[in-house]
Amino acid sequence: MGFEVLLKGNNAARLLGGLLAALRISLVSVVISIILGVLLGVLVTLRRPVITAIYRIYLETVRIMPQLVLLFIVFFGSTKALGLNLSAESASIIVFSFWGTAEMADLVRGSLAAIPVIQYESAASLGFDQVQTYRYIIVPQIVRRMIPLSINLITRMIKTTSLVMMIGIVEVLKVGQQIIEANRKSSPNAAFGVFATVFILYFLACFPISRFAGYLEKKWEN
Amino acid sequence: MDFEVIHSYMPLYIEAFILTVKIGWAGIAISFAVGIFAAFMMHFKVPVVSKIAVGYVELFRNTPLLVQLFFIYFGLPKIGLSISAPNCGAIGLGLLGGSYMAEAIRSGLSAIPKSQEESALALGLNRRQMFVHVIFPEAVSISVPAIVANIIFMLKETSVFSAISLMDLMFTAKDLIGLYYNTTEALFLLVVFYIVMLLPVSILGSVIEKRARYKTLGA
Repeated sequence: MGFEVLLKGNNAARLLGGLLAALRISLVSVVISIILGVLLGVLVTLRRPVITAIYRIYLETVRIMPQLVLLFIVFFGSTKALGLNLSAESASIIVFSFWGTAEMADLVRGSLAAIPVIQYESAASLGFDQVQTYRYIIVPQIVRRMIPLSINLITRMIKTTSLVMMIGIVEVLKVGQQIIEANRKSSPNAAFGVFATVFILYFLACFPISRFAGYLEKKWEN
Repeated sequence: MDFEVIHSYMPLYIEAFILTVKIGWAGIAISFAVGIFAAFMMHFKVPVVSKIAVGYVELFRNTPLLVQLFFIYFGLPKIGLSISAPNCGAIGLGLLGGSYMAEAIRSGLSAIPKSQEESALALGLNRRQMFVHVIFPEAVSISVPAIVANIIFMLKETSVFSAISLMDLMFTAKDLIGLYYNTTEALFLLVVFYIVMLLPVSILGSVIEKRARYKTLGA
């Protein structure tokens, strides 16, 4: 059925290497997204009209533009418009961070908005000052709400990185195609085995993470 | 930006747009059928079938559409199951979306308090009437925000169809960039057509969400 191709030479190792390339891009993008997203989310809760307006436009752009379109714009458009020669990898990190930051900021904004005013008032009446209120009351609650959702963002980021093959990054699907091409004669059915393996690999990468997020969500729900 | 170029590209984009929208909505229709079926199986804990449904949902929620399409389009023919590219796009999208829809509807069903069921029975409805007239409508109105988000997500995911050589919007843009180097115009039209495809759904979605919320509160 074409699985035998993976046992030849270092094909299995190459396929895993391709997956790691995709995982590396998603990891970098997630870290950038979380940092920028938290900053932006907090900034938006200040309710300055200009910030809010820009934020709404940014959010709606990310909501309706497919990531692949953004990837094309940054990768092909930047060369043409700005004369920059971005590598495919930096283009994809820029796009995924742009997308992830919006998602993350909205999560932060949503969780901050979900904390009832009574929490602030109670803290104040108990003699907490502004900093203490955030330090001991608000932030711990936000973090509990945020962590499962941020972990979900990681799995979505991993799934989205499969798109980078479309702008020429050699990741797991591309390596799969190369293996199939190279063994066209000796194992004509390689496409089934290789793509089934890629399917399972992605599942193995994402399933434990989303299970963990679900577990934390259950554990911390009150 | 050269508007003559844009004008001459228009017919190509319109054709691609129609194809993308057709396959997209066919996929969404499939996702509803699959999603509702899987959600019912999971909700009623039908032996064996519910286990399969859970496996399906987890498998498709945790893998990217591009990988699913590669497997269906390039992998399955090797074991004798050939599917044409447009069908493959619709089926792949439908299976991906089905897993998200199943999760949305299942969580809607499980959010209905037991008292609703008991009250319906106490009022003399039989089990079928209870489900059709009370539980299911309530569950759907709870699931509406998730369903709308899923539809937008699926329409966005149509952008990967070009990988299985469907002449969709992405394919057209990439092709034109490769042929004529009119990058700005090709990308501009790409963005415009995606806005045309998604902005109405996004706006309509928030309107429906508000109405659905009103219904639950009014009940």
